This record gives sequence, structure tokens and C-alpha cells, in this order.
Amino acid sequence: MAGTALLGRLAWQFGTLADIVQETPRVASLYFDIPEWQGHLAGQHVDVRLTADDGYVAERSYSIASPPEDRRVALTVERLEDGEVSPYLVGELRLGDKLELRGPIGGYFVWRAGEDRPLFLIGGGSGVVPLMAMLRHRERMKSKAPTRLLYSSRTLADIIYREELGGLASAGDGVAVYHTLTREKPEGWKGFTRRVDEAMMQEVAWPKEQMPAVYICGPTTFVEAAASLLVSMGYPPLSIKTERFGATGGSA
Amino acid sequence: MRLDGNAIGGLLREIFAVEMTSAVGTCANCGAVNEVGRVHVYVHAPGTVVRCPACEAVLMRVVRGRGRYWVDMSGVRCLELAEEA
Amino acid sequence: MGFISRGFRGKRRDTASSSRVPPGQYVVTDWPVLSAGPTPRVNVDQWTFSIEGEIDAPKRWTWKEFTALTTENITKDIHCVTKWSKLDTSWKGVSVDTLMDGVDTAAEFTTVFSDGGYTTNLTLDDITGGKAWVAYEFDGQPLHPEHGGPVRFLVPHLYFWKSAKWVRGIRLQKEEHPGFWESNGYHIRGDPWLEQRYWGD
Repeated sequence: MAGTALLGRLAWQFGTLADIVQETPRVASLYFDIPEWQGHLAGQHVDVRLTADDGYVAERSYSIASPPEDRRVALTVERLEDGEVSPYLVGELRLGDKLELRGPIGGYFVWRAGEDRPLFLIGGGSGVVPLMAMLRHRERMKSKAPTRLLYSSRTLADIIYREELGGLASAGDGVAVYHTLTREKPEGWKGFTRRVDEAMMQEVAWPKEQMPAVYICGPTTFVEAAASLLVSMGYPPLSIKTERFGATGGSA
Repeated sequence: MRLDGNAIGGLLREIFAVEMTSAVGTCANCGAVNEVGRVHVYVHAPGTVVRCPACEAVLMRVVRGRGRYWVDMSGVRCLELAEEA
Repeated sequence: MGFISRGFRGKRRDTASSSRVPPGQYVVTDWPVLSAGPTPRVNVDQWTFSIEGEIDAPKRWTWKEFTALTTENITKDIHCVTKWSKLDTSWKGVSVDTLMDGVDTAAEFTTVFSDGGYTTNLTLDDITGGKAWVAYEFDGQPLHPEHGGPVRFLVPHLYFWKSAKWVRGIRLQKEEHPGFWESNGYHIRGDPWLEQRYWGD
């Protein structure tokens, strides 16, 4: 794989928007062609920079949704109603537009196929994005690592990648997907319908004796609650990697 | 609201020219050892403040302005980095 | 000019120049929350405000004593070094002149200190003569914790990092001791009209 560039200052590059896939009413995946892209690892992110004509600059980080094996780099972005950058990316940016970005960034929250250790992925809302990169990478590399995804969404319509996750789960390839919805109980729903709690973890998590590698991603409160739960259940803290998402342009 | 060291991966890469989120730091205040990806980060400030997840002491401060960075790492007693990527 | 993101406007900001807006600032109508650490949980039953250091008899007020002091209602513009300005903010607080009444000191400098360890340095001159308050109400309501409540320092003629949140006291000093941001790149004084943002400005 062309280097994942963990050395050297990262230059700002331009990606050209080549495709848009609407994933849910609020979430879209943007596919970019980036001529100077050096490759990446599953779990890494990019920093995106927008410049207005008066020189005002806004920067945000977005996890890469595509696996290292794909030529086009995909970002999956949730449009936040009071957001500054996300309504531009999902709504204004058009095919052919250029986006300034740098990456890949991150050496801690990454998963490389090749380990057969059980994998436990826990995602809250758009926290599922880097985990999806890991699942796609796993599939491309035909990894045998037994994998479970616990994914919390508000409602059925908010589940990102729902069909693709269903496909991975029914492929008989060692991936199990557990959904929980926190704001809806749809008729005929077979998944959980509450916030992640200890009983749910007990049911879903790999037993700690199997020493799973755990990756938790989502809003800060979600991540900290899930990590604390696992630690209190006896999972070694060092086996749990976390990535907190949050607004980086605070306002109240 | 706090984030973690992943959120400043880009900033640290600018300053140190190497991926830092997997570097391991020892808190000068309480001795806790954590990968940069785990530490608490406050980005909504006049600068970036990095705090120990165990004791919330300041590990690092970074201010950027007028083409310069001011970096205080006195809160990190020791930083461990891999030799090769 | 470098790359411009087609169609990007960014958040609502008014860059029209006005004599009320210092150089390099833009006016916002919301109130951005900036914080260098976790929001301290302050128990007003245990809260005190003190004036200490170069003073013969240090002064201390409990919450009850403090809120019994004469207050002022003031309306001021505030300017953050991160470039946003908010006009006509209204506060209720105790003037530092009231707190310093009767205090005899040789100190020219002060450190204003807060719960959570934050400090900022100010000259005595910059916080007296009707220039600074210790405020506990904003817009007619008790000051919200994320904006520094229950009590914050307010010195609006300087960049807002000097208006320390969760304030607990003023230490009078004969020498200048750069505070949390002043020791790490931010200007020792921070006058927005002279654009004193960073060291060397």
C-alpha cells in the first residue's frame, strides 16, 4: 500500500467531489478524487478547511469512511442544523467542486486487518463512520477476525449504512451487527430500543477472556459512558480505544 | 465539551512533523501514562488545552498566532514515540 | 488570494466596520463558549471571594456577604481574542472599586484567579477606576456555569480572556506574573484597540 504517511508535515490538498450518496435524510457520503492522496488506514480522519471570500476560515475533522483499498476517499457527513461546515458539505458542495483537506491523520484509533483477535466496535450516531471503514477494510482483506458492531441510532431512518451492514451481517463471514434505537420502537423491530447499558453490553460484548480489541466512537457522552461500562465490567482499559466527536466551533 | 487527542492529530502533526496520536505521555502531575489519543482535549479556547484523563492537570497548551506556535509541554514528564512509522 | 470555497459563507458574522468594533473583530449575535478545561462545579455555600497578597488585612466575602454588596448594572461590548465581539452585553456585579474600598497597597499588579486553576494577570490600574466588576448576573439571569457562573470577572476594555470565569479572588502583587494564556503566547496586556493579541504585538 502506498505509504500511510505517518511522517512529515501534512500538506493541504484538494479533493474534487466526484459522487454523493444520500445515506439518511441528514447524512450523505461524499466521494472525492484526490490526486496526491498517499493512502490511509481504517480509522483515520482528514481535516477539512473552508475559506469564505472575506478570508474567514473554518476547519473541521471528518473520519474517512472508505477502506484503504478504495481509490476514492469517502467522507460521511451528518448535516447539523446549527452547524457551520456540515450544511455546506451536505447541501451546498456540488459535483466538481474542490474541497481543501489534509490527511490522513491518526495513528491511535486505527485497525489493521491481519490480527485475528475478536473485534468489538461500538458506534453512536455518526461515530459509526470510522468503524465502517474498519468493517469495509476487513471485508476487502478477507480478514477472519470475529467482529461485532453495536450501533446506537436515534430512529430507524437515522441508521447509516443500514443495508450494507445487513449484507455484512448475513454474509456468514464472522460479522454480527446489533442495533439499538434510542427514540423509536418501530413495529416488528428485533433490535434493542434503549441507550446502551450494562445488560446490553453483557449480551453483546465478546467475553473479556477472549481479549477483544474494542473501538468506541461517537459523541463524548456516549463514548465515555460505553467505555466506563466496559471498564467496570472488567475489560482492560488499554484494550479500549476511543474517539470522541464533538462540535469544534463551539457556541451556546 | 471535551474531545480527545484524536481531535488535535492534525495540529500536532503540523508542529512535530510526525503522527502523534499514538505517542505515549507521562503526566508530570500524577504519573498517569496515556496515548495522546486518550487524553482530554479542550479546543474551544483561545488556544488548545490538553489535560490528563486521570487528574485533569494540564499536559500541554498550544497557541497559534501571527505565523507562530507557542507550545508548553511542561505537563508531560516524558513522551515516548516509535522510531519508525 | 488563495483558494476560496465556492459558496461558503460561514456563521453569521458582521464584518462591517464600526467605531465600536476593534480592528480584526467581527460581531456575533450568539455567545460562543470557550473553555480551557472542565466546567467547575461550584457550591455557593462554600464559595468565597478574596483579596489577598500585598495587603495588610486580606479581605474575604462569603456568597451571602458578597451578594449583599452594592451592585451595578452595566452594559458593555466584549471582545474575544478569537475575533468575535458581542455588543451591548448586560451584567450585574460588584465593582472592583467597591471591593478595593479602603485597601491600602503598594502593589501595581494583580493576578485574578479561578476555580480550576485558571489565572490571568492585570495591572491594578486596569481593574480600578470603574473598569472592572465581579459579575454574577448576565441579561437579568444568574450567570450560567458554562459562561463562568456563579461568578466571573469582567474587565471589558481588554480581550475577554482577561475576564476570568469561575473567579475566586484577586492577588495583589509587586511584580507582574503572566497568567495562564499570557505565559503561553498571548499578550501580557491584551488591549483590543491596539490589537494586542500575541507576544510581540
